[in-house]
Amino acid sequence: MLAPVNVSLESLNLMTLAPMLIPIIGALVILVIDMLKSKLDRSLYVVLSLLFLIMDFSTIIDSSSIFMKDGTLMGVFDVMLIDGLAILSQFIIVGASILFIPLALSHKRFHEFAYPEFFALFLFMIGGFQFMVATDNLILVFVGLETSSLALYTLIAMHNRDKSFEAAVKYFTMGALAAGLYSFGAMVFYALTGSVEISKIAAVLAANGYADLAYVLIGVVFMLAAFAFKLSLVPFHTWAPDVYEGSSAAMAGYMSIVPKIAAFVVAMRLFEFLIHSGVVWLEIVLYIFVIVTMTAANIWALVQTDVKRMLAYSSVSHAGFVMAAILIGTTQSNSALFLYWILFSFTNLGSFSMLWLSRQKHLPAHQNSDHSYDKFAGMIKTSPIAATIMGVFMLSLAGIPPFALFWGKVYLISSAVTSGYTVLALIMALNSAIAGYYYVKLIVYMFMKEPIIGNDGHMYVANATKPLRTIIGIAAIGTIFAFLAINPLLEFITSFVYNSGY
Amino acid sequence: MLDHILSILIFFPAIAGVFGFMIQKDSVRAYGVAVATIEFALSLWLWFSFDSNVSGMQFMEQLPLVPAFGINYILGVDGISLFIIILAAFFTMIGIASLTETKDVKNMIISLLFLQMTMVGVFAALDAIVFYIFWELSLVPMLYIIGAWGGPLRIYASVKFFLYTFAGSLVMLVGMLFMAYFYFQATGVWSFAILEWYRLILPENFQLWLFAAFFVGFAIKVPMFPFHTWLPYAHGQAPTIGSVILAAILLKMGTYAFIRFSLPMFPDASAFFMFPIAILAIIMIVYTAMVAYAQEDVKQVVAYSSVSHMGVIILGTFALNVEGISGSIFLMIAHGVVSGALFLLVGVIYDRRHTKMMNQFGGLASVMPRYATIFGLMLMASVGMPLTINFVGEFLSLLGFYKQSHVLTILAGTAIIVGAIYMLAAYKKMFFGTVTIEENKNLPDVNKRELLALVPLAIITVWLGVYPNPVLAPINKSVESIVQLMHDKSITEEAKSRIPNLVHGIEITRTTVEEAH
Repeated sequence: MLAPVNVSLESLNLMTLAPMLIPIIGALVILVIDMLKSKLDRSLYVVLSLLFLIMDFSTIIDSSSIFMKDGTLMGVFDVMLIDGLAILSQFIIVGASILFIPLALSHKRFHEFAYPEFFALFLFMIGGFQFMVATDNLILVFVGLETSSLALYTLIAMHNRDKSFEAAVKYFTMGALAAGLYSFGAMVFYALTGSVEISKIAAVLAANGYADLAYVLIGVVFMLAAFAFKLSLVPFHTWAPDVYEGSSAAMAGYMSIVPKIAAFVVAMRLFEFLIHSGVVWLEIVLYIFVIVTMTAANIWALVQTDVKRMLAYSSVSHAGFVMAAILIGTTQSNSALFLYWILFSFTNLGSFSMLWLSRQKHLPAHQNSDHSYDKFAGMIKTSPIAATIMGVFMLSLAGIPPFALFWGKVYLISSAVTSGYTVLALIMALNSAIAGYYYVKLIVYMFMKEPIIGNDGHMYVANATKPLRTIIGIAAIGTIFAFLAINPLLEFITSFVYNSGY
Repeated sequence: MLDHILSILIFFPAIAGVFGFMIQKDSVRAYGVAVATIEFALSLWLWFSFDSNVSGMQFMEQLPLVPAFGINYILGVDGISLFIIILAAFFTMIGIASLTETKDVKNMIISLLFLQMTMVGVFAALDAIVFYIFWELSLVPMLYIIGAWGGPLRIYASVKFFLYTFAGSLVMLVGMLFMAYFYFQATGVWSFAILEWYRLILPENFQLWLFAAFFVGFAIKVPMFPFHTWLPYAHGQAPTIGSVILAAILLKMGTYAFIRFSLPMFPDASAFFMFPIAILAIIMIVYTAMVAYAQEDVKQVVAYSSVSHMGVIILGTFALNVEGISGSIFLMIAHGVVSGALFLLVGVIYDRRHTKMMNQFGGLASVMPRYATIFGLMLMASVGMPLTINFVGEFLSLLGFYKQSHVLTILAGTAIIVGAIYMLAAYKKMFFGTVTIEENKNLPDVNKRELLALVPLAIITVWLGVYPNPVLAPINKSVESIVQLMHDKSITEEAKSRIPNLVHGIEITRTTVEEAH
């Protein structure tokens, strides 16, 4: 006879679910509203989503204060794991989403924002990402990953252009492949250790002294490939530029930040213990990944003729740069990862929003793509403020001090220096110099070339509305005045990362 | 107010630049001149309140910026940086005042004001990261000035300038991070404060590597042979004001950084690399002098001669003794005044004829006598005639290096004579003979605005050539303390013998104590 299972409700710590449930409830509310009364304006859905996201954000603040008091919290049969990494990455995920969603209120009406489903899917996606980072259970990671990815594919396709369908299908196929690789890798680890929880996997492997190293390596290979797809590491990056080109600029900016931080956190949880337990092979492969991703993506970015594709390759390169933090694997480097990504969110979201601001509904004859370099020629003459802001974003991406990304770069390179990766530090520095070229190229077009005849500067702000300007303003202020916020951010992040044992 | 005079000096032009956006286009030049004059007056006030008897840092300011990572906003001036700051303020002032009709003059003046912020910032910063911030930031306005107002190849030149220097300084940044890490290992706290770094004694092989990392950044900026290839393009394409600021101030960042960072932080490495760098410097002096002789374009002659003289500055710096270093700092100022003036002069003729080719001129002395006189004076100063400003610096630099190596100094000395040849040849082509080209016959002589910029420079050239003491004394004072620090810090025998010990009294008492034991 089976003994009755008694689980007290307190021990479940259901509060750990609150941050993820809020966007999901929000998504359901939006669907219900649509069912009751259709044809409502997009502004309603934007504001509703914003409200739910702000609520979400405040519950994360709550859990961060609990974390500061009591340390890591487990919940729901120890599936949920609310540690510093989970909280920090949720801050980034939800914060970037709050900055993203007002971009839907563009001046021109675009197809996708007319559907309430867009906003519902968007909130589901955020819920998925939050689950993904707040657990060390490989199955829940998988569930979160798929929830968010499937929602994201649809969001891209809803942009409703030929290129968007191409992008969505491409992303979907690649994503499906990555999901397959991931589940296979998880299966190998389960077969080896009898557990799907990363901490237990680590404990079992350590206990038997990595006796079955060959099998561990097979698992690692699959996992690595899966994450390389998600993080767009070279050579698994091929989808990234096409997908970025196909989706709207705002969506592309969002994709360069949020899905990646979620993947970074899972990669950090999984690879950290493997690197530290001396799986030398993994270290070498990661090293190669990091260097190849940084360098190759930079070189491809040099030859792009479209600003959005350039920014796509630059995001790939930045992902490689940050991957170095996981390779180095010290508290300082992991803190640097979060610092870098927070600063990167501001700058990158800002620069993609600038592209979004200048998005025309129909391409003029002399333009081959939405955001070709030529389009920005002589921008300083016609709309100087927009040109200056865009210039600041580019300088920040290039790592010119005192703009935001410089501090992330310094701290990350310093973490490489302190852990003895001298060559890596030099390569990272020199790659920043290569990257300087294509960022400066846009500045050259904006500031030093003559505008195309007939360009009265209106097209740079064709899509501008108050919400868009506000978001760009926030991003610009965050980029320029980052130096004031570095110290509190750094202390906050370091204490969270350190107290989570990374 | 004196407590924060350095911050005011740094940020006043920048804030004024931001407000400059609000000013109507036709009035912006007067605004620029006013701001730059106030800034120059402030810098003179700084000199006035500067205590020449103190060798250390004065007017220090400190504010935490990222204390968790040891980054603080620390400022201070000593005799070494004081005069370069004044020079920067001076050149921005006369640069804006002498600005001829340009398109988008508002953007130009605002860029110049931002550039001034970065220039003063570099020379006043006493924290490596703050230094680096201004160092890198100075590239941006210069990129814009060359790229937007330059000649036909301006975009190529500006991007080359930017990328070359940017790549070099990133290597330097890695060096700085290593230095901070070594400091952290030694003391347990992160710090990027330069004065704290001075106290750190590193093993020789660390010094060599770090010296090399910093060297890449500084040498590209100077620019030292073989990293000089960006400079002729930058000078060739830049508008007059860009060349003036570049030659007078921006290049000095590199040589200044050698004295501020490399020498006191890595004395053994400096002694180790003394001869290789001296040989590079001499190649730089001789080679660029020869290249200058072959130029058709008068601006390129001035540009290459400017590089050639930067070689003498490097040579003086790496003499590692008080005469050499003081001489090189004095020469930095002299070179700033003289080459800045020469570029202004080239600008004067370019405005009139829109060409810089020397074969387009000839006999100008009879058409533009005042112009020819000032040009002649500056040219004499440039070749190092006694009683002009350059002579003092060159003489001291060479004297300093003579103590280290006779042969190399004689080589460098001969190279300076080559300098006289190409400069005089250029002068002959432009000013002597008869006027052969019709257009040159009615050229107007220098006007009031140009005189306003050139006459003060001519006065300084002669004044400091005859009586250099007001500038040289404070420089000397600060250099003495740096040389003493280097001697005390050095660990190898070679460095101890190369770097003189200035405090004989203490040495004697120490030996007597030992004898007593």
